[in-house]
Amino acid sequence: MLKRTPLFAAHQRLGGKLIEFGGWEMPVQYSSIVDEHLCVRRAAGIFDISHMGEVLVSGPGAQDFLNHLLTNDARKLAVGQGQYTLMCNERGGVIDDLYAYRIGEEEFLLIINASRIDPDFAWMERQHASWTQGSKVQLKNMSEAMGALALQGPNVRGFVDSVFPGPFTGGARVEKASELKKNEIAVTGWNGRTIYLGCTGYTGEDGFEIIAPAEVIEEIWTRLLAAGHAHCLQPAGLGARDTLRTEVCYPLYGHELDEKTTPIEAGLGFFAALDKGDFVGRAALVEQKASGTSRKCVAFKMTGKSAPPRPHYAIWSAGPDAAKIGEVVSGTQSPSLNLGIGLGYVTPEFAKPGTAIEIEIRGSRFPAVTVQKPIYRKA
Amino acid sequence: MSTKVPADLKYAKSHEWIRLAGDVATVGITDHAQHELTDVVFVELPAVGRKVKAGEACAVVESVKTASDIYAPVSGEVVEANKSVVDNPALTNTDPYGTGWFFKLKLSQPGEADALLSPAEYAKQIGQ
Repeated sequence: MLKRTPLFAAHQRLGGKLIEFGGWEMPVQYSSIVDEHLCVRRAAGIFDISHMGEVLVSGPGAQDFLNHLLTNDARKLAVGQGQYTLMCNERGGVIDDLYAYRIGEEEFLLIINASRIDPDFAWMERQHASWTQGSKVQLKNMSEAMGALALQGPNVRGFVDSVFPGPFTGGARVEKASELKKNEIAVTGWNGRTIYLGCTGYTGEDGFEIIAPAEVIEEIWTRLLAAGHAHCLQPAGLGARDTLRTEVCYPLYGHELDEKTTPIEAGLGFFAALDKGDFVGRAALVEQKASGTSRKCVAFKMTGKSAPPRPHYAIWSAGPDAAKIGEVVSGTQSPSLNLGIGLGYVTPEFAKPGTAIEIEIRGSRFPAVTVQKPIYRKA
Repeated sequence: MSTKVPADLKYAKSHEWIRLAGDVATVGITDHAQHELTDVVFVELPAVGRKVKAGEACAVVESVKTASDIYAPVSGEVVEANKSVVDNPALTNTDPYGTGWFFKLKLSQPGEADALLSPAEYAKQIGQ
C-alpha cells in the first residue's frame, strides 16, 4: 500500500498525475513537466515534499553525536543555520544525504529522503545505542507527524511575508521571512503550532522549505497558492523537481548516491569535513582521498541531436579505441537548455570537464561532452 | 479530461491510430497518448523499407520523463517516415492526427486492420 501525504486530495483536485515514488503516491506533474520547470525558473513553483522525513536530535550531546554520525561539521552551525551533509557507513558508502539545521543551542532538525526514512532511523538508533554519551542525546522520528512544502523561484520573496507574518521566535533572528539568507532557518507559529521556514531548496532557485505539522500542511499550501497567484505561482510535481535538480547537478539518492558510493566519488567531498575529528566512515574517506577513486560522478551534455540520455545507459570514450567507461545515473531533456543532459559515473581519466564522451542509446552511440557542474547556471 | 477520438480512424489498444487509404496505412499516436506523455521531446522512426509485424515495437517516442515504444498496429513495409515530426517532435502534442503522424505502412496482411478497435471501442478503453 502506497503512502499518501496530507495533500493527496488537493493533488487530485488540481488534476495532478500520480505516480509511485519511494513508496509514496505523489504527483509527477499537474500541467506539464516543461511548463512547471520553466515556471520555477522564471517565476515560482510550490512542491509537496511531505514524503520527506524529519528527525529531531536534541540534548547536551546532540552536536557531538551529529559530528560522529554525519560527514559535515555541525560545530559550524550557529542557531538558525543549516548545512548539507551526508550519513555514511563504515566503508564511506552513503546511507543518505540530508539537511541538518540547528534550531536551538542543543536541538537539530534533520531533513532526510522519503525512501530512506526507515533505514536512516534504524542506523541512527544503532549509532545512538553504541555512542558513549548516548544518555545526553534524544532522537525523535517526526516523519509521520510532519509535512513539508518547497516554495521555489525568483518571485517567492515577493509574497512569502504575507503568508508568514511572524513573529519569528527561534532560529535565525529575523523580523521577516524574506530576510532569511541561504541555509538559514526560522521558527514561527501557525494556529498555535510550531513551524519552520528554511531558506533552501532542490532546484537551484531562491526559495524556502516549510516544515510543519501534517494537520496544517493543506491550509498553508492553500494560503501560499492564493498569495502567490499574482506572482505566477504554480504547483509543480516530482517530474519538474527532478529536471530542475538535474540541471544544477544536485544528487538524488538511488541515482548518484547509494551505500556503495562515497561522497568523494560523488563529487561531494566538500561536505565531508575530514579535519573535524573522527566520524563514521572517515577512515575510508581519508584513504580514498589519498589513493584516489576508481570512478567519479560527472555532468555531461549531448552535443548533437539525439534522444535524451537516461539512467543505466552506457558511457563510452570517444575516438577509434572507444571503450565502455561508465554508466549514466540521471538523464533527461533539459527544459532550460533544450538539450539532453545527465550525470554519470566514469573512470577518473574521463572526468575532466571538456572531455568528449559518447552515450549509448538503443544500440547506437551519440556524442556528448563532460561539463563543469552545475550544467545550468542562472544568467 | 476528454481527448479527441476521430471517427474515421482505427485504433490499437497500445494507443496508436491508423488511417487507411487503399493498402497504405498512416500511423500515429492518439490524442490520449500524447496527453499522457506530455512534452514529447524526441521521436525515433523506423527506416523506410523495414518490414514490421503487427504488435512489433518499431518507433520510440520520448517525453521529458520517459521513453515509450510505439508498436506497429498492422503488418507491412514502411514506405514513408515523417521527417517533420522527427525535426519537430512537439507536433506529436499539438497535432497528433495531422502533421504529427509517424510513418506509413504498405499492408502485407490487409485483414489485420479489421481486428483493430473502432473509435467507440477505443473511447471506451480510455474511459470516455
